Amino acid sequence: MINIEHLEFSYSKQAKLLSNMSLQIGAGRIHGLLGKNGEGKSTLLKLISGLVFPNQGTIDTMGFVPAKRNPKMLQEIFFLPEELPQITLSIENYEKVYAPFYPKFDSGQFNNYLKEFDIENKKAMLTKLSHGQKKKVFIAFGLATNTQLLLMDEPTNGLDIPSKGQFRRMVASGVDESRCLIISTHQVHDLDSLIDNIIIMEKHEIVFHQTIENISQKLLFRVVDRNDQSENVIYSEDNLRGLYQVCKNTTGEESKVDIELLFNAVLQKTNQIKSIF
Amino acid sequence: MEFKETQAIYLQIGDYICEQILLGRWNEGDRILSVRELGVALQVNPNTVMRTFEFLQSLEIIFNKRGIGYFVTADAKLKIIAYRRKQFIDQDMPVFFKNINILGMSMDEINQRYREFNKNETAVNI
Repeated sequence: MINIEHLEFSYSKQAKLLSNMSLQIGAGRIHGLLGKNGEGKSTLLKLISGLVFPNQGTIDTMGFVPAKRNPKMLQEIFFLPEELPQITLSIENYEKVYAPFYPKFDSGQFNNYLKEFDIENKKAMLTKLSHGQKKKVFIAFGLATNTQLLLMDEPTNGLDIPSKGQFRRMVASGVDESRCLIISTHQVHDLDSLIDNIIIMEKHEIVFHQTIENISQKLLFRVVDRNDQSENVIYSEDNLRGLYQVCKNTTGEESKVDIELLFNAVLQKTNQIKSIF
Repeated sequence: MEFKETQAIYLQIGDYICEQILLGRWNEGDRILSVRELGVALQVNPNTVMRTFEFLQSLEIIFNKRGIGYFVTADAKLKIIAYRRKQFIDQDMPVFFKNINILGMSMDEINQRYREFNKNETAVNI
Protein backbone atom coordinates (compact mmCIF):
# COMPACT_ATOMS: atom_id res chain seq x y z
CA MET A 1 0.00 0.00 0.00
CA ILE A 2 2.81 2.40 0.91
CA ASN A 3 6.43 1.98 -0.04
CA ILE A 4 9.01 4.56 1.02
CA GLU A 5 12.65 4.28 0.07
CA HIS A 6 15.66 6.35 1.12
CA LEU A 7 13.53 9.35 1.87
CA GLU A 8 15.19 12.67 2.71
CA PHE A 9 13.20 15.63 3.88
CA SER A 10 13.80 18.94 5.58
CA TYR A 11 11.85 22.16 6.00
CA SER A 12 15.04 24.24 6.28
CA LYS A 13 18.54 23.87 4.89
CA GLN A 14 20.15 23.69 8.33
CA ALA A 15 18.22 20.89 9.96
CA LYS A 16 17.16 17.71 8.24
CA LEU A 17 14.01 16.13 9.58
CA LEU A 18 13.91 12.74 7.85
CA SER A 19 17.00 11.03 6.54
CA ASN A 20 17.42 7.80 4.59
CA MET A 21 14.03 6.62 5.78
CA SER A 22 12.52 3.46 4.36
CA LEU A 23 9.13 2.05 5.29
CA GLN A 24 6.71 -0.51 3.86
CA ILE A 25 3.09 -0.57 4.97
CA GLY A 26 0.54 -3.17 3.93
CA ALA A 27 -3.27 -3.11 3.88
CA GLY A 28 -5.67 -4.46 6.48
CA ARG A 29 -3.86 -3.19 9.53
CA ILE A 30 -4.04 -0.36 12.04
CA HIS A 31 -0.63 1.18 12.41
CA GLY A 32 0.28 3.26 15.45
CA LEU A 33 2.86 5.88 14.53
CA LEU A 34 4.81 6.87 17.62
CA GLY A 35 7.64 9.32 18.20
CA LYS A 36 8.63 12.20 20.43
CA ASN A 37 7.54 15.74 19.61
CA GLY A 38 9.21 17.11 16.52
CA GLU A 39 10.35 13.75 15.18
CA GLY A 40 8.38 14.24 11.97
CA LYS A 41 5.30 12.07 12.45
CA SER A 42 2.91 14.62 10.98
CA THR A 43 5.38 15.39 8.21
CA LEU A 44 5.54 11.71 7.29
CA LEU A 45 1.74 11.62 7.01
CA LYS A 46 1.87 14.74 4.83
CA LEU A 47 4.52 13.18 2.61
CA ILE A 48 2.44 10.04 2.16
CA SER A 49 -0.61 12.05 1.14
CA GLY A 50 1.25 14.50 -1.13
CA LEU A 51 0.88 17.62 1.00
CA VAL A 52 4.65 18.11 1.12
CA PHE A 53 7.27 16.73 -1.27
CA PRO A 54 10.44 14.75 -0.55
CA ASN A 55 13.89 16.27 -1.20
CA GLN A 56 15.20 12.88 -2.23
CA GLY A 57 14.08 9.27 -2.30
CA THR A 58 10.81 7.80 -3.48
CA ILE A 59 7.32 7.39 -2.05
CA ASP A 60 4.75 5.09 -3.57
CA THR A 61 1.23 5.48 -2.20
CA MET A 62 -1.14 2.86 -3.61
CA GLY A 63 0.84 2.82 -6.85
CA PHE A 64 0.95 6.60 -7.22
CA VAL A 65 3.60 9.25 -6.66
CA PRO A 66 1.84 11.37 -4.01
CA ALA A 67 3.47 14.64 -5.14
CA LYS A 68 1.60 14.31 -8.48
CA ARG A 69 -1.70 14.41 -6.54
CA ASN A 70 -3.51 12.16 -8.97
CA PRO A 71 -7.27 12.39 -8.30
CA LYS A 72 -7.45 8.58 -8.39
CA MET A 73 -5.07 8.53 -5.43
CA LEU A 74 -6.68 11.43 -3.59
CA GLN A 75 -10.14 9.82 -3.69
CA GLU A 76 -8.67 6.88 -1.77
CA ILE A 77 -6.99 8.96 0.96
CA PHE A 78 -8.48 10.76 3.88
CA PHE A 79 -6.15 12.75 6.10
CA LEU A 80 -7.35 13.99 9.47
CA PRO A 81 -4.90 16.68 10.53
CA GLU A 82 -4.22 17.56 14.13
CA GLU A 83 -5.11 21.20 13.53
CA LEU A 84 -8.54 21.11 11.94
CA PRO A 85 -9.25 23.48 9.05
CA GLN A 86 -11.51 26.48 9.62
CA ILE A 87 -14.46 25.90 7.34
CA THR A 88 -17.49 28.18 7.38
CA LEU A 89 -20.05 25.55 6.46
CA SER A 90 -22.68 23.61 8.34
CA ILE A 91 -22.07 19.87 8.82
CA GLU A 92 -24.78 19.20 6.25
CA ASN A 93 -23.21 21.47 3.64
CA TYR A 94 -19.71 20.23 4.38
CA GLU A 95 -20.95 16.76 3.48
CA LYS A 96 -22.61 18.09 0.30
CA VAL A 97 -19.42 19.83 -0.82
CA TYR A 98 -16.76 17.32 0.18
CA ALA A 99 -18.41 13.88 0.01
CA PRO A 100 -18.52 13.81 -3.85
CA PHE A 101 -14.70 13.68 -3.88
CA TYR A 102 -14.88 10.23 -2.28
CA PRO A 103 -16.73 7.71 -4.49
CA LYS A 104 -17.18 5.22 -1.63
CA PHE A 105 -18.55 7.79 0.83
CA ASP A 106 -21.52 6.37 2.73
CA SER A 107 -23.96 8.97 3.99
CA GLY A 108 -25.87 6.55 6.20
CA GLN A 109 -22.64 5.54 7.88
CA PHE A 110 -21.73 9.21 8.43
CA ASN A 111 -25.09 9.84 10.11
CA ASN A 112 -24.69 6.77 12.32
CA TYR A 113 -21.24 7.84 13.44
CA LEU A 114 -22.46 11.36 14.20
CA LYS A 115 -25.32 9.91 16.21
CA GLU A 116 -22.94 7.68 18.12
CA PHE A 117 -20.89 10.78 18.96
CA ASP A 118 -24.08 12.57 20.13
CA ILE A 119 -23.98 15.15 17.35
CA GLU A 120 -27.65 15.51 16.47
CA ASN A 121 -27.91 18.78 14.62
CA LYS A 122 -26.40 18.63 11.16
CA LYS A 123 -27.40 22.23 10.51
CA ALA A 124 -24.86 23.41 13.09
CA MET A 125 -21.99 25.48 11.70
CA LEU A 126 -18.56 23.87 11.96
CA THR A 127 -17.15 27.18 13.22
CA LYS A 128 -19.62 27.19 16.12
CA LEU A 129 -18.61 23.76 17.39
CA SER A 130 -16.08 23.16 20.15
CA HIS A 131 -12.72 21.68 19.22
CA GLY A 132 -13.76 18.22 20.42
CA GLN A 133 -17.09 18.28 18.61
CA LYS A 134 -15.46 19.42 15.40
CA LYS A 135 -12.94 16.63 15.73
CA LYS A 136 -15.80 14.16 16.06
CA VAL A 137 -17.38 15.44 12.84
CA PHE A 138 -14.13 14.96 10.92
CA ILE A 139 -13.49 11.51 12.43
CA ALA A 140 -17.01 10.45 11.46
CA PHE A 141 -16.58 11.90 7.98
CA GLY A 142 -13.16 10.29 7.51
CA LEU A 143 -14.40 6.84 8.50
CA ALA A 144 -17.45 7.24 6.25
CA THR A 145 -15.32 8.07 3.19
CA ASN A 146 -14.29 4.39 3.12
CA THR A 147 -11.00 5.33 1.54
CA GLN A 148 -8.33 2.64 1.33
CA LEU A 149 -5.96 4.84 3.27
CA LEU A 150 -6.99 6.71 6.38
CA LEU A 151 -4.38 8.88 8.06
CA MET A 152 -5.20 10.32 11.46
CA ASP A 153 -2.94 12.70 13.32
CA GLU A 154 -3.70 12.60 17.06
CA PRO A 155 -7.39 11.73 16.58
CA THR A 156 -8.20 11.30 20.27
CA ASN A 157 -6.74 14.65 21.35
CA GLY A 158 -9.55 16.83 22.61
CA LEU A 159 -12.13 14.01 22.77
CA ASP A 160 -14.07 13.76 26.00
CA ILE A 161 -13.93 10.61 28.11
CA PRO A 162 -16.97 8.74 26.71
CA SER A 163 -15.95 9.56 23.14
CA LYS A 164 -12.74 7.57 23.38
CA GLY A 165 -14.65 4.31 23.73
CA GLN A 166 -17.01 5.37 20.94
CA PHE A 167 -14.01 6.16 18.77
CA ARG A 168 -12.58 2.67 19.37
CA ARG A 169 -15.92 1.06 18.53
CA MET A 170 -16.21 3.04 15.30
CA VAL A 171 -12.69 2.26 14.18
CA ALA A 172 -13.22 -1.43 14.98
CA SER A 173 -16.35 -1.40 12.83
CA GLY A 174 -14.73 0.69 10.08
CA VAL A 175 -11.67 -1.41 9.26
CA ASP A 176 -11.47 -4.31 6.85
CA GLU A 177 -8.80 -6.23 4.91
CA SER A 178 -8.55 -3.64 2.17
CA ARG A 179 -8.23 -0.60 4.43
CA CYS A 180 -5.10 0.74 6.01
CA LEU A 181 -5.16 3.09 8.98
CA ILE A 182 -2.17 5.02 10.21
CA ILE A 183 -2.75 6.78 13.51
CA SER A 184 -0.10 9.03 14.95
CA THR A 185 -0.55 9.42 18.66
CA HIS A 186 0.87 10.17 22.07
CA GLN A 187 -2.27 8.85 23.77
CA VAL A 188 -1.20 5.24 23.57
CA HIS A 189 -3.64 4.06 26.23
CA ASP A 190 -6.57 5.36 24.17
CA LEU A 191 -5.64 3.12 21.30
CA ASP A 192 -3.70 0.15 22.59
CA SER A 193 -6.52 -2.32 21.97
CA LEU A 194 -6.85 -1.12 18.36
CA ILE A 195 -3.31 -0.81 17.09
CA ASP A 196 -1.90 -4.03 15.67
CA ASN A 197 1.27 -2.58 14.22
CA ILE A 198 3.75 -0.26 15.86
CA ILE A 199 6.00 2.18 14.04
CA ILE A 200 8.47 4.20 16.10
CA MET A 201 10.31 7.22 14.67
CA GLU A 202 13.51 8.47 16.23
CA LYS A 203 16.41 10.59 15.00
CA HIS A 204 15.21 11.13 11.43
CA GLU A 205 14.30 7.51 10.75
CA ILE A 206 12.10 4.52 11.55
CA VAL A 207 13.79 2.62 14.36
CA PHE A 208 11.07 0.05 14.97
CA HIS A 209 8.23 -1.42 12.92
CA GLN A 210 6.62 -4.66 14.09
CA THR A 211 3.24 -6.31 14.49
CA ILE A 212 1.87 -6.63 18.02
CA GLU A 213 1.80 -10.38 17.46
CA ASN A 214 5.51 -10.46 16.73
CA ILE A 215 6.29 -8.15 19.64
CA SER A 216 4.47 -10.29 22.20
CA GLN A 217 6.20 -13.40 20.87
CA LYS A 218 9.67 -11.89 21.12
CA LEU A 219 9.34 -9.66 24.16
CA LEU A 220 7.83 -10.25 27.58
CA PHE A 221 6.18 -7.40 29.47
CA ARG A 222 5.84 -7.95 33.18
CA VAL A 223 5.58 -6.38 36.61
CA VAL A 224 7.84 -7.95 39.22
CA ASP A 225 8.93 -7.13 42.74
CA ARG A 226 12.29 -5.54 43.23
CA ASN A 227 14.04 -8.74 44.32
CA ASP A 228 13.37 -10.47 41.05
CA GLN A 229 16.55 -11.03 39.09
CA SER A 230 16.64 -12.18 35.52
CA GLU A 231 19.36 -11.93 32.92
CA ASN A 232 16.80 -11.46 30.16
CA VAL A 233 15.76 -7.97 31.26
CA ILE A 234 16.26 -5.37 28.55
CA TYR A 235 14.61 -2.37 30.13
CA SER A 236 13.16 -1.65 33.53
CA GLU A 237 11.14 1.16 35.12
CA ASP A 238 10.57 1.60 38.83
CA ASN A 239 6.95 1.98 39.76
CA LEU A 240 4.65 1.80 42.77
CA ARG A 241 3.65 -1.77 42.00
CA GLY A 242 7.20 -2.92 41.39
CA LEU A 243 9.46 -3.01 38.39
CA TYR A 244 7.88 -2.71 34.99
CA GLN A 245 10.12 -4.71 32.73
CA VAL A 246 10.64 -5.51 29.10
CA CYS A 247 12.45 -8.82 28.80
CA LYS A 248 13.47 -11.18 26.07
CA ASN A 249 10.66 -13.69 25.73
CA THR A 250 12.19 -17.11 26.28
CA THR A 251 9.12 -19.06 27.44
CA GLY A 252 6.74 -18.36 24.58
CA GLU A 253 4.15 -17.02 27.01
CA GLU A 254 2.46 -14.04 25.37
CA SER A 255 1.98 -10.97 27.50
CA LYS A 256 0.11 -7.79 26.75
CA VAL A 257 2.27 -5.25 24.94
CA ASP A 258 2.60 -2.16 27.11
CA ILE A 259 3.10 0.39 24.35
CA GLU A 260 4.39 3.13 26.61
CA LEU A 261 7.00 0.82 28.11
CA LEU A 262 7.89 -0.54 24.67
CA PHE A 263 8.38 2.99 23.37
CA ASN A 264 10.74 3.94 26.19
CA ALA A 265 12.61 0.66 25.83
CA VAL A 266 13.06 1.14 22.09
CA LEU A 267 14.40 4.68 22.55
CA GLN A 268 16.84 3.69 25.28
CA LYS A 269 17.93 0.25 24.09
CA THR A 270 17.46 0.60 20.37
CA ASN A 271 20.20 -1.77 19.26
CA GLN A 272 19.50 -4.43 21.85
CA ILE A 273 15.86 -4.55 20.78
CA LYS A 274 16.72 -4.46 17.08
CA SER A 275 18.97 -7.48 17.57
CA ILE A 276 16.03 -9.52 18.90
CA PHE A 277 13.82 -8.92 15.87
CA MET B 1 -14.22 -5.37 29.16
CA GLU B 2 -11.47 -4.71 31.63
CA PHE B 3 -8.20 -5.98 30.28
CA LYS B 4 -5.93 -7.71 32.75
CA GLU B 5 -2.51 -6.18 32.69
CA THR B 6 -0.36 -9.12 31.83
CA GLN B 7 -2.00 -11.39 29.26
CA ALA B 8 -1.93 -10.69 25.52
CA ILE B 9 -5.23 -9.15 24.41
CA TYR B 10 -6.11 -12.00 22.06
CA LEU B 11 -5.86 -14.44 24.99
CA GLN B 12 -8.02 -12.16 27.15
CA ILE B 13 -10.68 -12.14 24.44
CA GLY B 14 -10.37 -15.95 24.46
CA ASP B 15 -11.04 -16.00 28.19
CA TYR B 16 -14.07 -13.76 27.64
CA ILE B 17 -15.54 -16.13 25.05
CA CYS B 18 -14.82 -19.18 27.24
CA GLU B 19 -16.57 -17.48 30.14
CA GLN B 20 -19.64 -16.78 28.01
CA ILE B 21 -19.74 -20.48 27.11
CA LEU B 22 -19.22 -21.70 30.69
CA LEU B 23 -21.93 -19.33 31.93
CA GLY B 24 -24.27 -20.78 29.32
CA ARG B 25 -24.79 -17.51 27.43
CA TRP B 26 -23.51 -19.26 24.32
CA ASN B 27 -24.48 -22.89 24.27
CA GLU B 28 -22.84 -25.79 22.52
CA GLY B 29 -23.82 -25.68 18.87
CA ASP B 30 -24.72 -21.95 18.99
CA ARG B 31 -23.30 -19.43 16.56
CA ILE B 32 -21.14 -16.87 18.37
CA LEU B 33 -20.74 -13.19 17.46
CA SER B 34 -18.82 -12.43 14.27
CA VAL B 35 -15.27 -11.09 14.29
CA ARG B 36 -16.48 -7.58 13.58
CA GLU B 37 -19.39 -7.65 16.05
CA LEU B 38 -17.09 -8.79 18.81
CA GLY B 39 -14.43 -6.23 17.81
CA VAL B 40 -16.99 -3.43 18.09
CA ALA B 41 -18.47 -4.75 21.35
CA LEU B 42 -15.08 -5.05 23.02
CA GLN B 43 -13.52 -2.02 21.25
CA VAL B 44 -10.66 -4.05 19.87
CA ASN B 45 -9.09 -4.51 16.47
CA PRO B 46 -10.98 -7.17 14.45
CA ASN B 47 -7.59 -8.66 13.46
CA THR B 48 -6.99 -9.41 17.13
CA VAL B 49 -10.41 -11.07 17.42
CA MET B 50 -9.56 -13.12 14.33
CA ARG B 51 -6.45 -14.35 16.10
CA THR B 52 -8.54 -15.34 19.12
CA PHE B 53 -10.91 -17.31 16.86
CA GLU B 54 -8.00 -19.16 15.25
CA PHE B 55 -6.61 -19.92 18.68
CA LEU B 56 -9.94 -21.22 20.05
CA GLN B 57 -10.40 -23.23 16.89
CA SER B 58 -7.05 -24.93 17.48
CA LEU B 59 -8.29 -25.84 20.97
CA GLU B 60 -11.53 -27.19 19.40
CA ILE B 61 -13.65 -24.86 21.51
CA ILE B 62 -15.22 -23.25 18.43
CA PHE B 63 -15.37 -24.27 14.78
CA ASN B 64 -15.89 -22.47 11.52
CA LYS B 65 -18.72 -23.09 9.09
CA ARG B 66 -17.47 -21.52 5.91
CA GLY B 67 -19.51 -18.46 4.98
CA ILE B 68 -21.82 -18.75 7.98
CA GLY B 69 -19.69 -18.06 11.02
CA TYR B 70 -18.17 -19.57 14.11
CA PHE B 71 -19.99 -22.06 16.33
CA VAL B 72 -19.44 -23.54 19.79
CA THR B 73 -18.30 -27.18 19.53
CA ALA B 74 -20.26 -30.03 21.13
CA ASP B 75 -17.78 -30.62 23.94
CA ALA B 76 -16.60 -27.02 24.30
CA LYS B 77 -17.08 -26.94 28.08
CA LEU B 78 -14.82 -29.95 28.63
CA LYS B 79 -12.23 -28.46 26.30
CA ILE B 80 -12.35 -25.14 28.16
CA ILE B 81 -11.84 -26.80 31.51
CA ALA B 82 -8.90 -28.79 30.13
CA TYR B 83 -7.40 -25.57 28.73
CA ARG B 84 -7.94 -23.69 31.98
CA ARG B 85 -6.40 -26.49 34.00
CA LYS B 86 -3.31 -26.39 31.82
CA GLN B 87 -3.17 -22.59 32.18
CA PHE B 88 -3.47 -22.90 35.94
CA ILE B 89 -0.70 -25.47 36.14
CA ASP B 90 1.62 -23.60 33.78
CA GLN B 91 1.03 -20.04 34.95
CA ASP B 92 -0.60 -19.75 38.36
CA MET B 93 0.97 -22.65 40.19
CA PRO B 94 4.60 -21.62 39.67
CA VAL B 95 3.79 -18.20 41.13
CA PHE B 96 2.03 -19.85 44.07
CA PHE B 97 4.96 -22.21 44.70
CA LYS B 98 7.42 -19.35 44.45
CA ASN B 99 5.47 -17.40 47.08
CA ILE B 100 5.36 -20.42 49.38
CA ASN B 101 9.13 -20.66 49.17
CA ILE B 102 9.70 -16.94 49.74
CA LEU B 103 7.37 -16.90 52.74
CA GLY B 104 8.79 -20.14 54.14
CA MET B 105 5.48 -21.99 54.37
CA SER B 106 5.43 -25.75 54.68
CA MET B 107 3.26 -28.12 52.65
CA ASP B 108 1.64 -29.24 55.93
CA GLU B 109 0.50 -25.71 56.63
CA ILE B 110 -0.82 -25.35 53.08
CA ASN B 111 -2.65 -28.65 53.44
CA GLN B 112 -4.23 -27.62 56.70
CA ARG B 113 -5.30 -24.26 55.34
CA TYR B 114 -6.71 -25.92 52.25
CA ARG B 115 -8.86 -28.18 54.44
CA GLU B 116 -10.06 -25.18 56.46
CA PHE B 117 -10.87 -23.31 53.27
CA ASN B 118 -12.92 -26.22 51.97
CA LYS B 119 -14.78 -26.49 55.31
CA ASN B 120 -15.76 -22.80 55.11
CA GLU B 121 -16.76 -23.15 51.47
CA THR B 122 -19.15 -26.04 52.20
CA ALA B 123 -20.50 -24.18 55.24
CA VAL B 124 -21.35 -21.23 53.02
CA ASN B 125 -22.86 -23.45 50.36
CA ILE B 126 -25.20 -25.14 52.88
